[in-house]
Amino acid sequence: MSNYFEPEITPELIADHGLNTEEYQKILSLIGREPTYTELGIFSAMWNEHCSYKSSKKWLKTLPTTGECVIMGPGENAGVVDIGDGQAVVFKMESHNHPSFIEPYQGAATGVGGILRDVFTMGARPVAAMNALRFGEPKNHKTRHLVSGVVAGVGGYGNCFGVPVVGGEVEFDPRYNTNNLVNAFAAGIVDTDKIFYSEAKGVGLPVVYLGAKTGRDGVGGATMASAEFDNDIEEKRPTVQVGDPFTEKRLMEATLELMATGAVVAIQDMGAAGLTCSAVEMGAKGGLGITLNLDQVPVREENMTPYEMMLSESQERMLMVLHPEKEHQARAVFEKWELDFATVGKTTNDLRFSIFWQGNEVANLPIRELGDEAPEYDREWIATKPPLEPKRDLPKNDIADVLLQLIASPNLSSRRWVWEQYDTLIQGNSLQLPGGDAGVIRVDGHQSKALAFSSDVTPRYCEADPFEGGKQAVAECWRNICATGATPLACSDNLNFGNPEKPRIMGQLVGAIKGIGDACKALNFPIVSGNVSLYNETNGVGILPTPTIAGVGLLADWSKMAKIAFGAEGQIILLIGAADNWGSHLSQSQYLAQIHNDFDGPPPPVDLDKEKNSGEFIRAIVAKGLVSSVHDCSGGGLGIAIAEMALAADMGAIISPPPDSNSTAAFFGEDQGRYVIAVDEKHLQEIQNMAKASKTPALIIGATGGHTLKLGQARAISVAELKSAFEGWFPQFMAT
Amino acid sequence: MNSIVIQFPGSNRDRDMIAALSKISNKAPTLVWHKETSLPKADLIVIPGGFSYGDYLRAGAIAARSPIVEEIKNAAAKGVPILGVCNGFQILSEAQLLPGTLMRNASLKFVCKTVKLEVTNNQTFFTSKYQKNQIISCPVAHHDGNYFTSPDQLQRLEDNQQVAFRYADNTNPNGSINDIAGVFNEQKNILGLMPHPENLIEKAHGGEDGRPLFESLLEALT
Repeated sequence: MSNYFEPEITPELIADHGLNTEEYQKILSLIGREPTYTELGIFSAMWNEHCSYKSSKKWLKTLPTTGECVIMGPGENAGVVDIGDGQAVVFKMESHNHPSFIEPYQGAATGVGGILRDVFTMGARPVAAMNALRFGEPKNHKTRHLVSGVVAGVGGYGNCFGVPVVGGEVEFDPRYNTNNLVNAFAAGIVDTDKIFYSEAKGVGLPVVYLGAKTGRDGVGGATMASAEFDNDIEEKRPTVQVGDPFTEKRLMEATLELMATGAVVAIQDMGAAGLTCSAVEMGAKGGLGITLNLDQVPVREENMTPYEMMLSESQERMLMVLHPEKEHQARAVFEKWELDFATVGKTTNDLRFSIFWQGNEVANLPIRELGDEAPEYDREWIATKPPLEPKRDLPKNDIADVLLQLIASPNLSSRRWVWEQYDTLIQGNSLQLPGGDAGVIRVDGHQSKALAFSSDVTPRYCEADPFEGGKQAVAECWRNICATGATPLACSDNLNFGNPEKPRIMGQLVGAIKGIGDACKALNFPIVSGNVSLYNETNGVGILPTPTIAGVGLLADWSKMAKIAFGAEGQIILLIGAADNWGSHLSQSQYLAQIHNDFDGPPPPVDLDKEKNSGEFIRAIVAKGLVSSVHDCSGGGLGIAIAEMALAADMGAIISPPPDSNSTAAFFGEDQGRYVIAVDEKHLQEIQNMAKASKTPALIIGATGGHTLKLGQARAISVAELKSAFEGWFPQFMAT
Repeated sequence: MNSIVIQFPGSNRDRDMIAALSKISNKAPTLVWHKETSLPKADLIVIPGGFSYGDYLRAGAIAARSPIVEEIKNAAAKGVPILGVCNGFQILSEAQLLPGTLMRNASLKFVCKTVKLEVTNNQTFFTSKYQKNQIISCPVAHHDGNYFTSPDQLQRLEDNQQVAFRYADNTNPNGSINDIAGVFNEQKNILGLMPHPENLIEKAHGGEDGRPLFESLLEALT
């Protein structure tokens, strides 16, 4: 072992690598000697929070990950779910939060690149993308810069690559002032007999490097993303990678073309911790060792050290184990697409990860222990005590004024400014664009099948009560998918939290995971992939707990799909799944936050049995062709839901006065499990019969028509006025 | 109708174009890689949308120097109909097969939305199935679609009926001069346009206003 050129291992160096004393002791006992500098880097890359899930693993294990349709759950590049006819949908959501705050354009762009790569690494051609973005309050001086950079970065990468954005979220809150969130989702379709995995098989096979060259960008990125921010954040800019969507597009075409030749034994993209993580994963999963010769790695900078090569997070790179007899054919494919192709190592039977550079062995580590023996913590946690319902004496508001104010507010206004910068139409299969309940695309080549996608979480609910908030995130995602008529299949969880070393934060994580688990079990909506992003804190202030849930559903016949727009004049409007008073839960609502600056009280509880019942009812009436206008009630309650249906149809409605005197709670309460539907009179009887049979509450609350929206006793608002309020906020904010 | 779709590294609406041509003409187009040095005989050559060479240097600039472009120029000289959509328009303009240039959108942002177009000239085999001055819907999705040319050239374009489509009803999404969305060459055997008619040809797309463009070609070239 030679380490003549490398720095000496000092306590400072160990600390700089994010390893604590116990972790370093563990390394010493594992390898029986002091590690080389390169080896220290490798341990740091594999054992950081981002790669090892050391704080969350214990709790993630409790989540339901199996189900009738699940082909592959968490642990691979992405989850795989059967959609029938010999096809599967491959999907995952992943965060790129820390880099996107340091360098918004490139951070967001490479977040999109990373998730697309996860999908096509499994052999699937990406067909849909979503982005859940969270920023600081609008008045914060950095917010506009971050919104503009992140949105341009998401668009810049995805538009060039060529995948339609079908949905997502954009939300503002002061708690994201110094830690914004970028959660990127991608889904692809693959034949179930052509799925590729990362498990290497066979000794002495070539390990091949493909794609872009390795540079110094992103060295230490995963370690950076596993720590809090402080005032020296600008110095972290070099840890952010730079994306090249043109190379990614060629890498996808070349990879899919190569897979079709039968040359690929195993494949792993180089994401976080680059060459290190991909090689270790392929070897460890297959029970094999890997030997790498770094002199063969294509580099784009001079004098790169083994340390830098092993930790670089340069984008658009792949590692594969190939059948040696097909190496020639494989090389031809990559040369056609003008990408690098280099044999950089081979598989061995010694279970060691050994690395050579200029004739010297610079690392020799046990491959399984790098991954499997990573530290796992049972961190101390304190459960959040949900606040009690406070006594409130609210002044009486004018319902029309409140509606106009809410619909023009930062978190309820139209996101058109954002999604018109994304290509939502490419591939020609988009059936529902952003702005509805869920994005929907046709399954290419199939007569009637379509997939629905939604991404959801309400962080202020999670802050007040992580358990109920976790439940609600799953329920709302499930509900949005049901609202199109699709059957929810499975979901991905992207858990964004603060510093898990603080028991209060750890308690939020534990609570949310418990809530997510309960809801996923009750709704038969397993988690098949996901990602954990911790340490979203700056100078000790953490983000709102944000467990984003991104789900996928299957629609058997898209010609019967439901959308949020009212269908026609004179339709009857019904409220499904609500209590007789329509709604009553105001605590943690947008109404209290926006109008009264009141953030007290518990979030609305989710009754999972009722949720399931309402969703199944909606799917049944959509499948029967009885209704094509459905919208769920979420942030802003019934009032906002009705307004969005009117806006989408450019048509008014008259809503009867609510049954009791508290019209504020009826219109703006955020009670869960509710949908609004608009139906032709001829179908009303049958719908009511079905509702009665399934014990689903279905209240007639109004009728569509005209050019104004009238909520109960309040003055009528013209749809035009509503539209200018709804569409106005975002462009005005970005223009000032 | 025998059609060819040219593929460059970075073409990404090639599949959309292949689908539209296949569905409307009932015949799949032949795909030709940009490095080829000869073209099979065809009734129509199509350059699809995308980000050839990642839009590096200028959109379409590098692709316009690909080997296949010499062959496209030869075919153009012989009067073979050529259609360039979005990046295809940018490439044809960079190859100087079409007049004018496509600058960055006035908003400086990528824009994807459905706009209104007026059919300015329906006396060509690309547009004969439209009515003159008919207003149609059509999606756009581009970052560099701001059409520009000199006042002299613009006058010649207008005088010679070379404007194919104009953005209508105040929906110009990119700042194009005279609201120009698509132009012909002088002989009118080459059409370049920024909007994507191939993404509006069936019910699932929410409309069929893009269909007559392909049906015009099908009728003329079969």
